Amino acid sequence: MTAATSLKDRTHSGTIFTVEWLPGTDKLRGICYCDAELQSEDPIELWDWLLGHPEGHRA
Amino acid sequence: MNFPVRFARDQWYVAAYGSEIGREPFPRTILGEALMFYRTRSGRPIALADRCVHRRFPLSQSHLDGDNVVCGYHGFTYDPTGACVAVPGQKRIPRTARVPAYPVIEQDSFVWVWIGDVEKADPGRIPRAPWLDQDGWTTVCGMEPLKAPYGLLVDNLLDLSHETYLHGGYIGTPEVAETPIRTEVDDEQEVVYVSRHMEDAACPPFYSESTGIEGRIVRWQDIEYHPPCLYLLHSRVAPTGLLPNQDGTDPGGFHVEVVYAITPETESSTHDFWAVARDFALEDEKVSDFLRESNRTVVLQDVVALDTLALALGIELGIEREGYQELSINIDTGGLAARRIIKAQIARGDGARNEYGADQVVAG
Repeated sequence: MTAATSLKDRTHSGTIFTVEWLPGTDKLRGICYCDAELQSEDPIELWDWLLGHPEGHRA
Repeated sequence: MNFPVRFARDQWYVAAYGSEIGREPFPRTILGEALMFYRTRSGRPIALADRCVHRRFPLSQSHLDGDNVVCGYHGFTYDPTGACVAVPGQKRIPRTARVPAYPVIEQDSFVWVWIGDVEKADPGRIPRAPWLDQDGWTTVCGMEPLKAPYGLLVDNLLDLSHETYLHGGYIGTPEVAETPIRTEVDDEQEVVYVSRHMEDAACPPFYSESTGIEGRIVRWQDIEYHPPCLYLLHSRVAPTGLLPNQDGTDPGGFHVEVVYAITPETESSTHDFWAVARDFALEDEKVSDFLRESNRTVVLQDVVALDTLALALGIELGIEREGYQELSINIDTGGLAARRIIKAQIARGDGARNEYGADQVVAG
């Protein structure tokens, strides 16, 4: 029980998309690697927007 | 975009546990291709197409002569590269008499096979699961056949909120479905991360009986999925309030690495490899037996559910192929990301064939 199995060795390529589920709400916040953000309640819409970078992304 | 059914070629897949492959020919179908595996006398795993070029007899129903395979029907003999080195009754060996050989790597207790263009096979791209074969960890494992497309298993594993409903009494508690997730995608490296950190949760039997923790727990689930095949769940449990140290050490935490290898057999069936590695009670056989039985039960609960789902979708797909409706919500964020990566991998690997073509028939 000595090794923490955190994700410290995870990949960091520079094209990381993040989707946070905002606690206490039904909202998702998408964060592009360019720092642009969008909130939505539809994960499909959010992925379309994130992967559509740079279309509609103004950080 | 629905779950994937077609295969992503030009990828590494887990074909077997190393312990399954020995000096007896071993058949397994991967991505619709019938393969046979064996070890050379030095212990090196070999994968060849499981059909003799002569009359397509399965080489897995044959026998080994040294490092070569002798077809059990007419004696066509192949070396580990798939080249035919002997044919019955004549000295001339037809120039095209060979079976496809597949790149194979044994790593982390798995035998990985490359399905696609042999020239592109890079062992450095195989994702790692070191706990399965490492000092300081004890592993239990198994494999269950699934009569469902691999995409359904990907969906299942990327959204663990189903634990609350399908696996109650084993690994599911109310907090799993109630706790928001954080999803990250490394688009370039093609990795999906889904984290669910429960800071004050009921301890399900899977963990209370294996760790001895009484009372409520901190429970972290950190998924790391390397599409298409390898799924890692980094699981940490500890008594409520006990967190890792600032320097990353975690003497008070119990760590379980749950590993799945998702290998399509056909477009409607999947090899569901599962393993559970732990860093506590390393020598305790009772804990090993308990975790093996519990996790197998959980996997079989998934198998029953996914087989049922596949049957239902099959009926629907028959009427309106891939045109059915589904509804995605927040819990599906990780699964949707995985689908998108696999879709891109399928497109990239389209048309990739083994060097000699798996279906090639040569008159002997």
